[in-house]
Amino acid sequence: MQNNPLSRTLTRLTAATAAALFAVGLAAGGAMAKTDLLVYTSIEADELSKFKKAFEKDNPDINIKWVRDSTGIMGAKLLAEKDNPKADIVYGMAATVLLQLIPHNYFQAYAPKGVEKLNPLYVDPKNNPPLWVGQRAYVAAVCYNTIEAKKHNLPLPASWKDLTKPVYKGHVIMPNPGSSGTAYLDVSSWLQIWGEEGGWKFMGALHENIARYTHSGSKPCKLAAAGEIPIGISFAYRVVKSKAAGAPLVLVTPKEGLGWEVEAMAIVRNTKNLAAARALADWTVSRRSMELHAPGYAEVALPGVPNPVADFPKVGGLMIKNDFAWAGANKSRIVKEWTKRFDVKSEPKKK
Amino acid sequence: MANGPQALTATTVKAKVSRDDWVMRGGMVVIGIYLLVAVIFPLYSLLSKSFQDEFGKFVGLANYAEYFATPALFFSINNSLTISFTSMVITVSLAFGYAYGLTRSCMPGKNIFKAIALIPILAPSLLPAISLRYLFGAQGMIKELLMGESIYGPIGIVMGEVFWTFPHALIIILTALSTADARLYEAAESMGTSKLRTFFTVTLPGAKYGVISACFVVFTLVITDFGVPKVIGGNYNVLAVDVYKQVVGQQNFQMGAVVGMVLLAPALLAFTADRIVQGKQVALLSARAVPYQPRPNKRFDLIMLTVCGIVALTIVGLLGVAQYASLVKLWPYNMSLTLHHYDFDLRDGGSWGAMFNSLEMAGWTAVIGTTVVFTGAYLVEKSKGFTHGRGLIQLMCMIPLAVPGIVLGLAYIFFFNHPGNPLGFMYATMGILVMCTITHFYTVSHLTAVTALKQMDPEFEAVSSSLKIPFYRTFIRVTVPVCMPAILDISVYLFVNAMTTVSAVIFIYSADTQLASVAVINMDDAGEIASAAAMAMMIVYTSAGMRLLHFLLTRGIARQSQAWRKR
Repeated sequence: MQNNPLSRTLTRLTAATAAALFAVGLAAGGAMAKTDLLVYTSIEADELSKFKKAFEKDNPDINIKWVRDSTGIMGAKLLAEKDNPKADIVYGMAATVLLQLIPHNYFQAYAPKGVEKLNPLYVDPKNNPPLWVGQRAYVAAVCYNTIEAKKHNLPLPASWKDLTKPVYKGHVIMPNPGSSGTAYLDVSSWLQIWGEEGGWKFMGALHENIARYTHSGSKPCKLAAAGEIPIGISFAYRVVKSKAAGAPLVLVTPKEGLGWEVEAMAIVRNTKNLAAARALADWTVSRRSMELHAPGYAEVALPGVPNPVADFPKVGGLMIKNDFAWAGANKSRIVKEWTKRFDVKSEPKKK
Repeated sequence: MANGPQALTATTVKAKVSRDDWVMRGGMVVIGIYLLVAVIFPLYSLLSKSFQDEFGKFVGLANYAEYFATPALFFSINNSLTISFTSMVITVSLAFGYAYGLTRSCMPGKNIFKAIALIPILAPSLLPAISLRYLFGAQGMIKELLMGESIYGPIGIVMGEVFWTFPHALIIILTALSTADARLYEAAESMGTSKLRTFFTVTLPGAKYGVISACFVVFTLVITDFGVPKVIGGNYNVLAVDVYKQVVGQQNFQMGAVVGMVLLAPALLAFTADRIVQGKQVALLSARAVPYQPRPNKRFDLIMLTVCGIVALTIVGLLGVAQYASLVKLWPYNMSLTLHHYDFDLRDGGSWGAMFNSLEMAGWTAVIGTTVVFTGAYLVEKSKGFTHGRGLIQLMCMIPLAVPGIVLGLAYIFFFNHPGNPLGFMYATMGILVMCTITHFYTVSHLTAVTALKQMDPEFEAVSSSLKIPFYRTFIRVTVPVCMPAILDISVYLFVNAMTTVSAVIFIYSADTQLASVAVINMDDAGEIASAAAMAMMIVYTSAGMRLLHFLLTRGIARQSQAWRKR
């Protein structure tokens, strides 16, 4: 076979092609030696590309690979992987979830460049350098569908207590704290506003008006946007989005005060891409990134960055003094108590 | 490798046979190890988790004690049994009526009715739930029909489950009714027996086992289903959703495992009962039986046509609603049509990538699954000796049917994410999804393969081995072509189910392997209901396309390789 001229040509051709491919591969490899940074996150899906583009523009040698899901699923996933974490950095995740992971030695401390400029409320108070750094806050809010409310003659509520009035019976939806972090935010804030006794009493009265509890935290507002229910207890970002899509919604911020949660980041203990993870942390606290974090959110970690959404209510003064450590430490007890009181009603509610 | 046996001399004929046997036994050991890893070990790690506390310390039955002391959890058992039983009665009655019309009447359009009735198999179980919301929700098109009752609860769950389980029951009952012996009816008629009495003394006893089997299948499907109650269950808690709430909402893996084990019990019970009943069935259709031919009867045919027509219209209607809703801009405030909701990449929880992942997953599941299942069934069916090993493998092949998908998925996390597991590299890959899906649908595929293999005369093997042809050559040259229709059936069954399954994969997909059916759940969860409907319809179209391909392929192959069946 070796003596066949055609075969010889073929052999040479193959060798030449291989060599060429090898050279191209080397060149491409050199140009594309990007670090893949595995980022676990729960930020809204439509924000992912915005952050990725901006960060990669400033850090062309890093490629963000998102792993995104709802807070509950990400929390379960992170915990399931605790013996052998897969992520490089956890980003835009509810601080209560991070606090739950800290006892499992999940993270390593790092002070991003410029962390001192942040509002100290957003930085891990227990460790220096901090284990986690907050990015922004989202607040509880009530969505009110003007068209459906008019059909049922429901006045615009001004406070949480208003929602317990008999007129709203069967017209309010909220998420189930057994499955939704947003719901726990509400429940824990009510317990902090009125104390344990007052808080449970309020929830008992509210329960009488609740049509049903949903699994996800953003769903009540989306249901309100779809006219499935006149009033949904959810968080503000979704209201802003649904309104932009054309839903007849009004954002209500009850006057007793609003529960809120910090979206934060933390570098995973065994990351193989420490430099890239730190680069993302540094970039996140920069002013440019904070401006990207602002739209639709109550507040960002860097003071003085305004929310550009025009009709977003001023909620700064309404945010309660939220004790995250308490909320985290008591979560399982509170959820159990809530389940016992309100999830028992397994029959569909009679109208 | 091929010249090995030929090189042997005549005196070693015996050795050659045993060599074949050894190869087959080796193959069986491989299949056995696969089943251990894919079925037994994960289930064991789930079982052990339910006896541990948060930090992995053994606590005995403490988790179970807590479970039964928590009414909110405990009530779910009652709820699950209630909806499963109700759905079972309704589905089986409807399916019996429908099948009766198809087999015993001369109504027109039987083929169309048959095709329509099978559509729900192509859809994820969430699709009917989403459609029901558009029909009976607060903004529903015909919500008045519920007379003030809420669709979010047992009514919605049962309606969704009936839609989804209908074809499963229909297939079984159809088979049972079509094996009727016309001689019995002739005898009844000649003795002047009334139509009603004939129905109760001839038709019903003949279809008895089919009906019982359909009951068990529907019951198991409903009690283990997670899609319908998740979307439309409201506050009506059921076991399958409880597992999800415990694990995803509270990261309480131990309680999730306990609920999983509780869920396993009724499914296992139904399965065992079904096996016992099936064992009692004797062949009704002897070689002398004459197939029953229905005679036209205007009134009866019209009644059957009406019954089947209503059922078929409902099925088509529910699909149509989902299709329409996915095109409406902002229900109910802006009813203009748009393709906007198909832009999955902008939606919370979904992407077109998920659709392609699903296709890839379904493709692998079909190819690898069919190979593993058919080879396994062949080895178990055609090998000699090794009785205990064969029995054990048989048993392991039957277990997956009784395991709810959500329990299987949870078991896979615990097993494959264990730090000491050498198979840990599979975690968060396409491989684990494929393996889990194959396992989830193993039993039915296995039974299909066994049935096809049993139809083959053992003389094929006897002749081959007497001609000194190694078994694997007989396998590839004779067995596989003869069984091609069954093999194609298995692969399309695996493909379609891989496209639509939710419960088994919801815990184990990763960022790179998000699936379309999971995206339907996530988008619905995030309130992107129109997009969830859109994605569900995409799944229906893909599965339908695959079915069509299967149909054309089977026809082609039937002409080529099945000519021997005809005379």
